[in-house]
This record gives sequence, structure tokens and C-alpha cells, in this order.
Amino acid sequence: MSGEIVIEATDLCKNYGEAIAVDHVSFTVGRGEIFGLLGPNGAGKTTTILMLLGLTDISSGEVSVLGFNPAREPLSVKRRVGYLPDTVGFYDQLTAADNLRYTARLIGFRLVEREKRIADALDRVGLLEFADHHVGTFSRGMRQRLGLAEILMKGAQIAILDEPTSGLDPHATSELLAIIRRFKTEGVSVLLSSHLLERVQSVCDRVALFSAGRIALIGSVSELGREVLGAGYVVDIEAEGADLVERLARVPGVTRVEQTGIGKLRLHADRDVRSEAAAEVVALHGRLKYLGVEEPSLEAIYTHYFAGRPDESLKEGARHAA
Amino acid sequence: MRREGSAFNGLGVVMLKELADHLTSIRFIILELIVMVIAVGTVYVATQQIKDTVAEDPFLFLKFFTTSREPLPSFIFWLSLLVPVMAIGLAFDAVNGEHNRRTLSRILSQPIYRDALLFGKFLGALMTLAIALVVLWLLVIGLGLLFIGIPPGGEEVARAFVFLLVTLVYAGVWLALALLFSILFRSAATAALATLGLWLFFYVIWPVLAGELAQIIVPPDPRYMALGLQTPGTVVLEQFLARLSPSTLFGEVVVAILDPTTRALGPIYLSQLQGAVLGAPLPLGASILIAWPQIVGLIATTIILFVIGYVVFQRQEVRA
Repeated sequence: MSGEIVIEATDLCKNYGEAIAVDHVSFTVGRGEIFGLLGPNGAGKTTTILMLLGLTDISSGEVSVLGFNPAREPLSVKRRVGYLPDTVGFYDQLTAADNLRYTARLIGFRLVEREKRIADALDRVGLLEFADHHVGTFSRGMRQRLGLAEILMKGAQIAILDEPTSGLDPHATSELLAIIRRFKTEGVSVLLSSHLLERVQSVCDRVALFSAGRIALIGSVSELGREVLGAGYVVDIEAEGADLVERLARVPGVTRVEQTGIGKLRLHADRDVRSEAAAEVVALHGRLKYLGVEEPSLEAIYTHYFAGRPDESLKEGARHAA
Repeated sequence: MRREGSAFNGLGVVMLKELADHLTSIRFIILELIVMVIAVGTVYVATQQIKDTVAEDPFLFLKFFTTSREPLPSFIFWLSLLVPVMAIGLAFDAVNGEHNRRTLSRILSQPIYRDALLFGKFLGALMTLAIALVVLWLLVIGLGLLFIGIPPGGEEVARAFVFLLVTLVYAGVWLALALLFSILFRSAATAALATLGLWLFFYVIWPVLAGELAQIIVPPDPRYMALGLQTPGTVVLEQFLARLSPSTLFGEVVVAILDPTTRALGPIYLSQLQGAVLGAPLPLGASILIAWPQIVGLIATTIILFVIGYVVFQRQEVRA
């Protein structure tokens, strides 16, 4: 994470009457960082995003977006931040370029600059050849890309994307994620929310796991893995040789050796022990067939974390019903 | 706490987009065509009637608007029927349409306030109606010239123009109501039905109901009945109740503006008529003065409805 902080939320709360949607949420996003808000539907991700944009009132707490307060200076915030809402909509009867023209006029770009920015943005998301097609004919993935084009056109310093990949096929998803990665190389910070953990894991620098309006966990994926799953590293090894289990268990750093199949072992260690394990197998004149380290998956972290807290998931269910 | 920047940032952009959308929408073209056909039909029929009956009238031109011939009602009847329908047709899905197309949060994440969006939508629709009404107005005057061949006098044109403005104000009432319902109801169909229902209520049911209610609240005096007269209290109350409907207000204004001989909109005592030359036309200023309370009432209704919608919209959640 680079030095400059572009979004800072402190003890953010939002309640609708009795119901609490967001409960003391605090996080920061640095410049050029891709930050993920992850959690089930209704966990408070979208509400948090709307508060950052000044589109909904903040019940209590402080937010600063690029040094501006979204509640008091919404125009300054909205001029610098691009937002792609959950299932973004466009005017179907207008062409892609006309949709962007309307937004560009609202932002206040002059004619020459407007046309240049629109063509440039459409080109970067691969929609230039569809500029004069009606958005009504666009697929879901194309609409999402048009939404990203709008953010590019705006020249936003922060891109806030709400469920950008939901409902997309794998191909469209990877296209979209590639565009999101490009934001990062241009120094644009990205805040994205999702309930699809696997795809998001590949792009996010850091994530915040939401549950029932609170941030349950926050950090990089590998940090969270160590914190939640306990063991830092899981090394899978497939090899043959006598006394292999005993020898491997004596390797410094290995906490446990598990037999997962015939000739298959799993080592739990607090560091990466692949080279030592390989050396042991070779020393025994065994045959090493496979050696790999398992990255902690966000999915595993998530399931593991929330499996241990049935009461919280119950509460959440009750809120959904309400 | 002062808000940063102007509330009207982007107002013109929204207004022009709405105007362009309306003018190219099939919905509007259909409504406009219906009104055009009716205008041509009624003016033609009115011409025939005028040729038959009215020999000399200083305000011949205004008769195009008001004259009817069985079985076709007059032009103003059709206009008072169709203007609300057009206004409702333009605005019933103004805000909930943006919600349902999921464009609202995207538009509001641009550097504009909600004020600009709502006001722009209202003004865009009002301008659309203004264009439509001006076209219609010119059409009627042009047809009148063609059919009769006598140019209208200055006073007639002035009266017809005031009538045009008042019609626009009347359209504004229904526009503001449709806009309010488009904010209140998430479904466009519900909003359209609710607005049309309320319009029918005020247009058809309320005038009847006002009479009945007045009879119940202030029962007619048998002494007046014996003389075959209406009880003043009942009549006054009935008129008060009827005037709660924008349709009634518009009807009264139209009578005062288009019929220069109108001296009062309501019951008057014989003493008030002393010295009056019945049937003599009033100057335009006096006619406007007679209808002024009604005109103000229509404008006030528009503003109140718009403000209610504005307040609700400001507090509404943008998420779908």
C-alpha cells in the first residue's frame, strides 16, 4: 500500500430506524490500491459505497474522500470519483456514445474535449466500434464495460465498482477484471464490492470481509489466510519412500503431517517448506512426483470464519426476512 | 450548513435531454396527432356553425375555441380533456423510470444535485407541452383564417394568447402531480393509473359530488325552494367545493378569458348588477382580473405539488 490515503472511513454507521445497515465500519484505501468489500448480499456493502458518494446520509462517523466530506461537498467528491452501480443501466434508446455525451455534459466537459474523451474511453474498453449502436442491443458485459468507459471518460481518481462482475460469463468477467487492473497501473484507486470471492481474490490488494453491517476481517488475502485458517502454509507433496512421514515431520517449521492418500502427504507449516521437503525426499532416494504450496483461498477463509459464528449468520438471516 | 456549488448545475443539460427524449418519443407523437386531428375537426365544425348563426360578433375569432355543434363538443372541451392526459403521459414515469432502468444512481453520481434532475425533468416536459400547445394554437388560428377569411383583431389575439398561457399553467398542475406520483410509486403503471384516476375523479366525479356534499352540509332553505330559487349558502358552498378541483378552476378561467361578456364567476346579487350593461364586453385586463384568483390557484397548486415531490425525492434512497 502506497503512502497517500484517498478514502478514509472512520466508525461509519447507517441505520434505517431500528435496523442497522452499517455498524462502525472503518477502513482506508491508498492511491493506486484495489480494495475489495466482500460479503453476502445485504451485508452493508452498497450502503457503505453510497455513503462514500454522498448519495445517502451518514448516521454517524466520518468519511473523507480525497480530502472532501461527501455529505458537505458532494459535488467535489462526485467530480473526482467514478461510480459503477450494481447492474448499471443506460438509456436504451440512445447510442453508447450519446449516453456518455449526456454524462459528459452533466460533468461540464466542453464539446471538443468531450468527443475526444468519449472516443478514447470507448476505445480503451473495446467498445469503439459499437459507439453508434443503441445500448438496447448491448449484452450485460458490454453494459458493464460502458460503465467503466464512463469512469475513464470522467478521468476519475477513484473508481467505485458495485458488484462489477455479477451475472457475467467467465469470458466477460476476465475482460472486465483486465480493465480494472489497468486502472491500478494508471494510479486510479479502485474500491469494488462483490459476493463472488474467487474472481475478486485475483485482483484485490486488500479486502474487507463484511458481515451483518460490520467489517469482520480486513487485510491482504494471505494475511487473512494465516489469521483465520491458523496454519500459514499448506504444502502438498506426492512422493514415495520409507519413513517419509517421520522425516518430514522433523523438518523445522512443520507443525503437522497429514496422510491425504496413497503416497500423498500434506504438510502444515508456518513458512514455505517446499525446498526442505524436496531435499528430504531426495535424501531418502524417494521419487518426488508433485510438490506444491496451496495459496489460502478467500472462499476457505470466508467459510471457515463464518462457520465458527453461526449466531451472526442467523442474525443476518433474520434481517433479510425483515 | 451551506451546500457547495449551485443547485442548478446541469439543469439545462437535463432539461434539453428530456425535451429531446419527449419530442422523439412515440408516446408524444401519438398524443400530439390525436390533438391535431381533434383541433382540425372541431375548428371546421365550429366554422360551419359560425357561418350559420353568428352574423356579427366583435370577437368572432374566439368563437373557434368555444363554439360547438352537435354531436361534437367544442375545442376547449377537448383541450381541457386532453391537456391533462398529455401532461400525465409525459411525466408519469419520469423518476420511477430512471429507477427501473437503473440509471438514477449513475446519473446522481455525476456532479449535480437531485434538484437539477427533478427541476430539469419538470421544465423539459413543460417545454414539450408548450411547443405542442403553441403549434396547436397557431393551427387553430391559421385554420380560422383559412375558413373564414377575416383576420383576428388585436384584442382577440391577446385573449387567445392569455388562454394559451393559462392552458400551459393547467398542464403544469397535472405535470407536477404525475411527477409527484412517479416519485411516490416505484411502478410506472401504478403511477400512471393513480394520476389518471385522480384526474378522472376531479374531472367527472368531483363536480357532481360537490353539489351533493353542499346539499348535505347546508340543506336548501324551503323558502327559497318555494320561490324556485337556489339557497345562497348552498350555492356558495358548492362552488367552493367545486373549486378545489383544478378542472373547475381552468374551466372558469377559460370562460372569463374567451367570453369577454363574462362579468363574474359565481353567484352575484342583483344589487351588484346595478348600472351594468349586460352583454357588453369587458376589456382584457378586467377579464383577467375576474379570473386572477383561479389563475393564482392553479399556479399555487403546481408549486405545492412540485415541492411535495421535491421533498420526498430528496429523502428517497437511490438504490434500486
